[in-house]
Amino acid sequence: MKTKNFRTLAIASMAVAALGLTSCAGGPPAAVKSELSNGKVVIGVLNDQTGVYRDLSGPNSVVAVQMAVDDYKKKYGDKAVAKNIEIISADHQNKPDVANTQAQQMYDRKDADIILDVPTSSAALAVAKVAAEKKKLFIDVGAATMELTGASCNPYTYHWAYNTKMLAKGAKGVVDNGGKKWVIIYPDYAFGQDMNKSFSEAVVAAGGSVIESIATPFPNDNFATFITRAAADNPDVIGIMAAGGDLVNFVKQYNQAGMRAKADLAVGLMFITDIHSLGVKEFAGTTFTDAWYWNYDAQNRAFADRFSKLTNGSRPTFAHAGNYSAATQYLEAVQRAGTDNPDKVRAQLDGLKVNDVFLRNGVIRSDHSVIHDTYVAKVKSEDQVKEPWDYENIIATIPADQAFPEVNPACTMK
Amino acid sequence: MEAFIQYTVQGLAAGGFYALAALGLAIIFGALNVVNFAHGAFYMLGAVLTAVFLEFANLNFWVSLALVPVILFIFGVIVERLLVQWLLGLDILYTFLLTFGISLVLVDLVRMRFGVSGLPYDQPPGLTGSVHVGAIELPVYQVFVFGFSVLICLLVWLLLTKTRMGMVVRAATEEPERSRALGINVSRWITPVFGFGVAVAGIAGVLAAPFRAITATMGSNFIIILFAVVVIGGLGSILGSVVAGFLVGLVEAYGQGYASNFAQILIFILMAVVILVRPAGLFGRKETS
Repeated sequence: MKTKNFRTLAIASMAVAALGLTSCAGGPPAAVKSELSNGKVVIGVLNDQTGVYRDLSGPNSVVAVQMAVDDYKKKYGDKAVAKNIEIISADHQNKPDVANTQAQQMYDRKDADIILDVPTSSAALAVAKVAAEKKKLFIDVGAATMELTGASCNPYTYHWAYNTKMLAKGAKGVVDNGGKKWVIIYPDYAFGQDMNKSFSEAVVAAGGSVIESIATPFPNDNFATFITRAAADNPDVIGIMAAGGDLVNFVKQYNQAGMRAKADLAVGLMFITDIHSLGVKEFAGTTFTDAWYWNYDAQNRAFADRFSKLTNGSRPTFAHAGNYSAATQYLEAVQRAGTDNPDKVRAQLDGLKVNDVFLRNGVIRSDHSVIHDTYVAKVKSEDQVKEPWDYENIIATIPADQAFPEVNPACTMK
Repeated sequence: MEAFIQYTVQGLAAGGFYALAALGLAIIFGALNVVNFAHGAFYMLGAVLTAVFLEFANLNFWVSLALVPVILFIFGVIVERLLVQWLLGLDILYTFLLTFGISLVLVDLVRMRFGVSGLPYDQPPGLTGSVHVGAIELPVYQVFVFGFSVLICLLVWLLLTKTRMGMVVRAATEEPERSRALGINVSRWITPVFGFGVAVAGIAGVLAAPFRAITATMGSNFIIILFAVVVIGGLGSILGSVVAGFLVGLVEAYGQGYASNFAQILIFILMAVVILVRPAGLFGRKETS
């Protein structure tokens, strides 16, 4: 049944392609000589539009990409190679099978030249596979998995913002500040296991020790006994690797158990939307690695102010800023290449050294991991907060060349 | 040994909360023969209302604890009158599908309005800190939730078994035909019982607000555990759901303590074993098996 569907789809898409060719050949010659496929650039934003990652990526990622398109048009005006730019978006529901189908549809039927965002590791890997098959570009911003630039890397896939090893680099800052003995609590699935491994290595490498790693079910509502168990080890730091609602469950119960006085809390992956939803009071003093913070400097702030006007007062997460940056650098590459041909655009991106609102000292590395300066952030206490969304103190900057792990030899770009 | 006692106490505390949350489910099934899949959504509404009251009307936890159940009672009555009552005589699957649909609509409405990251909620004043008994340490709020849950369960039990109203309700639900023959207006009692079950879910939601993430989907995972509780206790049995609530709380705590990867699976293993040995559940009536 499935193969039959695929065959029908293949035939249908071939027919559509043939039709497109004939209509092109028969149509009037284009007024301006355009090197663009279908006469336009189509940017697909594929992410979670309704589920747990909606707020940190979702519709607001589409807004960020729209901002990049507006800026590109304003910058180049009549000289723009891509005069006609279309943004399409779809919901992958955090499911790899849905992501696979949606990506095929975007590339084949909606003429997408590039797909952006794609949070959720399994979904991102599915899209990377489709991109490699179709030889179309894919820049992942929202997912954390090391696989994208590891064994599953390919010439058409880039990993823009962060990964689990980069998140773990922040652990060094915590160890250096006296947090030597760690207990790590992690959800027992791919992301959590990956995070546990990355953090354990980083803590040990920084001269600390991990007394115990505790696996929890996922999803999980009740963490009371896990917290008791962790406390029994008398650690300096408790590292929690849960995300979204589970992270909120954990932090509420952690505070209720009076653990703040006994151990520091380090969070593996946190977005500013998490702090906003739980309230800064509950997270105060928590350390984590951030890829970007909206109120870090004037440039970030100006971007955040524009974003805020378009989104009812929300401030951008690092994923939103990352999508803006990815779309901008893609369009710049199209401009330099004079075409949207994926191989020619790719040649413009590879090895690029770049600075923009998101990427500071950014380099697009040979493994397509996009490295840049990252930050160790500490959540402000309630009385330090001066305005809504003003939640982070940046206590250290990790330079780009130290913020990301070495190139993985498993990545052969085939 | 000390750890074991600590886990036991924690398990009992969590169990009290499970018992309360499952209670409404058991009441509605017992009285209406409706498997209320929207119970998780009603629980979620309770928590969301609590957070909204604090943010927009500055009504604190204690006011919510009194007000939210009343609102949800009225809401339950409306749902029963508008939707549920039309399917009551039919196969149980129809109401199951209806309530499943209701939960999808409620979850999406909340998601549309409040997003998915959830709403903030502080510790209620007066319930912060910890209690120490020897080496055992428990958050005050956990103790409060336990005490309050047991109190509500006890009140419901007294209401149903010791009052004339309870007697009428039980008669009307267990022997509807005979009750009618004796001149009892059975359908008059169905609606408030449904509303009452929804209100109890709302109380659980209010209690959850300070220690659980308040999101549109908070009930979706929770309802699975609640169904396990109700099935273990015996569908429709109030005593069963309370006992099973504690049992599940204990199993979960020991699981988290000694076999963390299996903490949740253990609950369902317990459920499977109970179904194998006693298909009607620990306290279930035969015909519900």
